[in-house]
Amino acid sequence: MPFLTLDRLDKSFNGNPVLRGLSLAVEKGEIVALLGPSGSGKTTALRMIAGFETPDRGRILIEDADVTPLPPERRRFGMVFQHYALFPHLTVGENVAFGLAGRSASRQETARRPQRVAEALALVDLPGFADRRVGEISGGQQQRVALARALAPEPRVLLLDEPLSNLDPALRERTRRELKSAIQRVGITTVLVTHEQEEAFHLGDRVAVLQDGVLHQVGSPEDLYERPATRFVATFVGRASSLPCVLEGDGAVWVPYPPGDAAGPVRWSAVRAPEAEGMGPGEEAALVVRPESLAFVAAGNPQALAGRVIERRYAGPVTYYQVALAPGGEVEVLAPSGVAAVGDSVRVAPEPRGPAPRIFRRNR
Amino acid sequence: MRRAPLLPALGLAALLAWLVGYPLLLTLLEALGGSKGWTLHWFGEFVHRPDEWLALWRSLWISAASVALAALVGIPLAFLFERTEFPGRRVLGAIVALPVALPPLVGVIAVLFLYGESGFVSRAVQALLRLEDPPWRLTGPIAILLVHAYSMYVYFYLFTRAGLARLDAALLEAAASLGAGRWRALFRVTLPLLRPALAGAALLTFMTALASFSAPYLFGGGFRVMTTQIIASKLNGEVALAQVETVMLAGLALLALGAMRRADRMVSVGTGVRGIAPARRQLRSPLARGAAGLFGWLLAALLLLPHAVLLLVSLVPAFTWTSEAFPPVLNLGNWKSLVTASEHMRPLVNSLWMGIVATALALAIGFAAARLASLRSDRMRGVLEGMIAIPWAVPGTVFAIALAATFSVNQPWLGRFVLIGTPVLLPLAYVVRDLPLTGRAALAGLRQLDPALEEAAASLGAGRWRRLTRVVLPLLRPALAAGAGLAFITALGDFIVSIVLYTFDTRPISIEILSNLRLQDLGMAAVYGVLLMLASAAAFLLWGQGEAR
Repeated sequence: MPFLTLDRLDKSFNGNPVLRGLSLAVEKGEIVALLGPSGSGKTTALRMIAGFETPDRGRILIEDADVTPLPPERRRFGMVFQHYALFPHLTVGENVAFGLAGRSASRQETARRPQRVAEALALVDLPGFADRRVGEISGGQQQRVALARALAPEPRVLLLDEPLSNLDPALRERTRRELKSAIQRVGITTVLVTHEQEEAFHLGDRVAVLQDGVLHQVGSPEDLYERPATRFVATFVGRASSLPCVLEGDGAVWVPYPPGDAAGPVRWSAVRAPEAEGMGPGEEAALVVRPESLAFVAAGNPQALAGRVIERRYAGPVTYYQVALAPGGEVEVLAPSGVAAVGDSVRVAPEPRGPAPRIFRRNR
Repeated sequence: MRRAPLLPALGLAALLAWLVGYPLLLTLLEALGGSKGWTLHWFGEFVHRPDEWLALWRSLWISAASVALAALVGIPLAFLFERTEFPGRRVLGAIVALPVALPPLVGVIAVLFLYGESGFVSRAVQALLRLEDPPWRLTGPIAILLVHAYSMYVYFYLFTRAGLARLDAALLEAAASLGAGRWRALFRVTLPLLRPALAGAALLTFMTALASFSAPYLFGGGFRVMTTQIIASKLNGEVALAQVETVMLAGLALLALGAMRRADRMVSVGTGVRGIAPARRQLRSPLARGAAGLFGWLLAALLLLPHAVLLLVSLVPAFTWTSEAFPPVLNLGNWKSLVTASEHMRPLVNSLWMGIVATALALAIGFAAARLASLRSDRMRGVLEGMIAIPWAVPGTVFAIALAATFSVNQPWLGRFVLIGTPVLLPLAYVVRDLPLTGRAALAGLRQLDPALEEAAASLGAGRWRRLTRVVLPLLRPALAAGAGLAFITALGDFIVSIVLYTFDTRPISIEILSNLRLQDLGMAAVYGVLLMLASAAAFLLWGQGEAR
């Protein structure tokens, strides 16, 4: 049985739907990342789990218990806020202790409080910071204090709202590793929100992709990258080019662009995404190809399309080449640096070592 | 966050309606005849009397002229202190702003002691020119405008300085890079961007001048504006006419407020992006620096001279200063008598306890209303915020008359009790006058509070009460302290409401100052003035700290 269940959540603000029938099951101890562009509803979903927003319809369950009607203070979910929301009038230690007080603490618990604060701070590698003022510590340290504060009361679920967006890029990767190891040491069920694919892939055991309030796909990073369920996932997660195509028989499409060498239209093999099941030969579809699934080829390849390099993005040993296929279409090709220059005429063909090109419905 | 429950909000709205809205409504009804049968007789009376129209017209033009004069003093002063660097700039800049919290009556008597017919300046001129009589009498519109300019330039000064400090230096640099000289940049960039600040200052000055009572009362003589006309009618026993006048003044104030709000909305500008404030111009030539410094010091001295004079006069024993240019005897007798003579101590004690009680109540009600308003997003929010704001827009004289009328009848089922003549009514009136100060401070503080802080507390298990006491209140303390400081000084130095509602047992400082003036005991009046001055300086410092957060 999943530990945390979101069951068909709907939410509108002033008549504008921001979440439509969101269902998601999170296993105990699992880390799930909600990934989507801004306005996709991911933050609303997280705030609903925390209890700051009430769903218009649907339920939120912990194991079998419905927590939807509970106010946030009775859910026992810890949350790390985007801007940390550390209490500026309290010290680091008082911030961490905040969630330990109140809840009808017995004398024993009160006596143990300083120890638990110290443990929480040790967990995030900030021992001895209890007496520091919040304004005195760096952004990265504030982020860790926010995590320690959320974890100290031993919540049932940890919620992270864009936990790294407030840090400069140099600090972000290191903090991300520390964040992941802290969460894994505690073993807590975690839901995090991010708009950065790299962050979602690194932190999430599974990643849920949202767009316009709709959940497109939930899966491991490999699932999302190699087997995207929708055209949105295919183009939002990782780099990809989208081309019009015409379905042929099983596992093949015609690509309506001028061929490099072949006499007739070029035929590529491709895999149908679930949404393209049931489409018949002759139907127009969209073909999504990753840059590493394309290569520059020598003359004589029957699968080659003719094109011209219009832009290069150098990335060390490899370079992303933007290739214009007359008329109007463009693809991105990953190839060793230095094999082509801007303005060169090139032949582009599928590279079988990359993920297979995928077929989606045209207007999705 | 989830919304606040409706019931407490409703209860609070009812309390505010009873304190703020109900007396105004009753005044309107009684001006229309009310229980004695509906009539427009008294409004007709108002329309037919030329002196009523004259008072209305005078209130308007005095207020407009006060805005112009205050702007003339305040804006250049703000540019001087915000844009140039000279020795003593920081300290002087703060001192010049001090009168913002000064009770109007204190400013009036300070000007009286300096420029009045028996003030220092006129005596000096008289002695110098060997005149028989004082060279001038400080009365009429000139005197009123002098006092208004003296006390209200602070609004323009503070608003303009704040506006200048908020200005993005990049905008001026952009203007310069596009070839605009200093004057073109001033008129095409700086001043247009300052328009919201200037409009705010103009509104505040206009409303303050319209409600001004102390200056017209003490200097006006036969020159009556609406506030003094109301009191005169009431003293003449023409209660119904006084109520019509009250309604007219309240209407005028609300009309002015509405008009200026609309104008303000039309000119409001903003780029949304906030940059760094322009650096102060370092005057390079020592001569220019010296001149700027001298000018700053002189201007500050001129503006603060009346207040210094107050201190001096407080050392003059009663009836010892008759015809000399300078008081012949100076000692601490007046100050000592504060402690030794109980009749001198009494007004102080009265004002203190009433000020403390009124501030505490206004703080509690104002905070509760602001908090409930900020938690709700429906019409209730507008009702609560409006109730807090009304006593700011409506002149104090209006509230004094309205409260006196409301609480002179025993109709418990209509929420009316006989409170007039009891020690309850005056503090209650102070509460109403203080509400906008505490309520707006609380609202501003709550608006600046990051909602994520309360959410964080909730997710850590803190319930409504614990969030309030451990997170919201500690973070709001500077804002609330600032509001309470202003509220306290407003109650402590109140004259407008007190003159209508005081009893012998509750006679406050301002009434005592008035009776000291009538008895020609200038020294004792000055002692109270200095005390109010010190209290308002303390409140201003508190306010500055709250703003600085």
